[in-house]
Amino acid sequence: MESKLHVSSSPHFKGNNSTRRIMLDVIIALCPAAIAACVIFGLRSMVLIGVCVSTCVLLEYASRKIMKRDTTIGDLSAVVTGLLLALNLPVDINPLIAMFGCLIAIVVVKQMFGGIGMNFVNPALAARIVLLVSFPSAMMHWVTAAGAPAAAQIDATTSATPLAAAPGVYSYIDLLIGRCGGSIGEVCAVALILGGIYLVVRRVISPIIPCVYLATAALMSLIVGLDPLYQLLSGGLLLGAIFMATDYTTSPVTKWGKVIFAVGCGFFTILLRAYSNMPEGVSFSILLMNILVPHIERLTTPRTLGYVKKAKGEKK
Amino acid sequence: MAELSFPKRPYRTKGGVHAPHNKNTAHKESVMMPVPAIVALPMTQHIGAPCKPMVKVGDTVDVGQQIAGSDAFVSAPIHASVSGKVKKIDKITMPDGSKVEAVFIESDGEQRLSPDIKPPKVDSLSDLITAVRNSGLVGLGGAGFPTAVKLNIPSDKNVDTLIINVAECEPYITSDHREILENSWDVISGIITVKEFLNIHRVIIGIENNKPDAIKALREIADSSIDPEDEIRVLPIKATYPQGAEKILIKACTGREVPVGGLPSDAGCLVMNVGSIAFISRYLKTGIPLISRRLTVDGGCIENPVNVIVPIGTPIKEVIDFVGGYKEQPYKLIMGGPMMGISLPNDDLYVLKQNNAILALSEKEAKYNEPTACIRCGKCLDACPMRLQPLELANAANRGDIDALKAYNAMNCMECGCCSFTCPAKRHLVQNIRMGKALIQKAKRDEIAANKGGKK
Ligand code: SF4
Ligand code: SF4
Repeated sequence: MESKLHVSSSPHFKGNNSTRRIMLDVIIALCPAAIAACVIFGLRSMVLIGVCVSTCVLLEYASRKIMKRDTTIGDLSAVVTGLLLALNLPVDINPLIAMFGCLIAIVVVKQMFGGIGMNFVNPALAARIVLLVSFPSAMMHWVTAAGAPAAAQIDATTSATPLAAAPGVYSYIDLLIGRCGGSIGEVCAVALILGGIYLVVRRVISPIIPCVYLATAALMSLIVGLDPLYQLLSGGLLLGAIFMATDYTTSPVTKWGKVIFAVGCGFFTILLRAYSNMPEGVSFSILLMNILVPHIERLTTPRTLGYVKKAKGEKK
Repeated sequence: MAELSFPKRPYRTKGGVHAPHNKNTAHKESVMMPVPAIVALPMTQHIGAPCKPMVKVGDTVDVGQQIAGSDAFVSAPIHASVSGKVKKIDKITMPDGSKVEAVFIESDGEQRLSPDIKPPKVDSLSDLITAVRNSGLVGLGGAGFPTAVKLNIPSDKNVDTLIINVAECEPYITSDHREILENSWDVISGIITVKEFLNIHRVIIGIENNKPDAIKALREIADSSIDPEDEIRVLPIKATYPQGAEKILIKACTGREVPVGGLPSDAGCLVMNVGSIAFISRYLKTGIPLISRRLTVDGGCIENPVNVIVPIGTPIKEVIDFVGGYKEQPYKLIMGGPMMGISLPNDDLYVLKQNNAILALSEKEAKYNEPTACIRCGKCLDACPMRLQPLELANAANRGDIDALKAYNAMNCMECGCCSFTCPAKRHLVQNIRMGKALIQKAKRDEIAANKGGKK
């Protein structure tokens, strides 16, 4: 029997966590938002989600093959990226543009840097920004949502996003249930919050980043004289705070690092919304903070048990 | 000095994991193993200097006769666990792969007690330390540190608290639990002896709250007139792994932190395993040295899991056969617990003094997954009870970056395994960190050699 015994380093027990399970939980958490998208913008949203997810998975598979690395589509992270990217797009975007976004996300941002865990910016976010810069009009063509107030209407088919609309056009209720213009996944606040609660309950994410992000954004809104609640519920803030800023790879692993990171995100989001001529600040602020993550982590190394700061003048 | 108080509830500790308890043997009476035909007693069954054999091949030995010893301060003598003839003195492979000299004794089945055995006379602390040294006692909880050295507290350290470790946080293992249920009086009288000679007035028995019967048994005695000053208290602590790790237990029981690189005495604490303390009390009564111990035999591949009291040096194969043998081909055979134990290449090894369990795990229990890329989820940081950054440590170790390893306090890692247990990518964090620690130690040795003007 001897030869059949396996010898390895301790521990010999492993928990039930797996990358795949975590990604599956993220997908489940995004389901309410995806369903809301279908209700609000019709089945076209489903098609868009399908295009993005399948393109991402296919590109992940192909790029790993070409780079002669082992296949990683089983960990479902490409599905998450595709889903997130789709939720960040307007419903009537040209599918070719969407597929180009997938190429940026999976091939350029993720696989060229070594695959899952190695990219320094969030793939879906980076893709969204590239598309925004390359195809500004297609990326800001907001089809009127089901039930949206008539006052928001720009022409026969499109309406303004809450951030662009005149004050008073959208009520809080409109924002909560998604009767407003915007990308397909960002409009329905209730669905996003539901997903966020699921992630926290399943311990996939810690509540630190979303909570601190939202709190900072609210505070900043007060300071610059905007309506905090309106700011939190509109645009991509909830989607960003709950699903984008909490991306493992591109957010700090230390507790205080998460706090600093989220404060930065909230601060810059409102700053950009208030003073820049861009319509939205979420993507840029998260991207900026993504780049700072290594530095933030270095500053926030936790104190190990029993570590005593050496008193001044003490030797060694 | 301020009056010491007893905590009402344990202090907060960070990290840890909810490993399955699997305490299948907690409610089964321990069984006594018959004398094996042959025992092998390796010369290192403790941390410290190896012993030298004091017997020759062909000698007749009695039970309890000292057969090996050392003059080194950190060491523990070894005694014959059976009566019979010394058959050979030969190298054997230890669980960690090292080769160590061992004395093989062929049993004559008589279990004749050595005439030298008599209860030691103990009137002072130094008598107690000598007696404990002569008994060959080492920490029975797994580490195997010579107990006499532990009791010999340097005079510049002010130790005011004795902590009795009954956390037994490793899955499966119940040998301490059974010790309490079967020998609770030995436990308490051992505590009283040690606390009196060391002049300690606060004894905290730290016990995981998944052993209510043991808590009750200990409380009944500790609250009786045997402890009139009420200096011995039982403190139930949460049942998460690794509450029994020395530094974590000290934190949970006293709120104090052992400084990095320091010893429990630097935090004013002496931590003793419950089996060790009960042994001291028995030794003072009978004078029989450490020749047998209780160990848990369990795991999905064991026919009839139970605690067994075995003579030290018994072949592991015989212990397993005694409890009914394997139910199926085990996937892994482990000496110690599943979180920190050593996996054995075969069952051709022998029971050591510090060996608290033998586990035969099935493939399902000890599942192995190929490691995948780190997703930077941070779960290893949350799980680390020492508040380290396992992923950074593992990365630094893989790069061979000694400065980074030091900066991230690699030496403070106690190899508890929580990080590897929790990692969703199944990364071999502990293995890498262990490698990193070895790098640091090697660098240190090289530096010393260079300073001495050594050639290398
Ligand atoms: S738990 Fe594993 S995957 Fe997560 S950060 Fe640590 S090493 Fe990486
Ligand atoms: S093995 Fe080391 S790094 Fe990992 S959790 Fe335990 S103490 Fe922390």
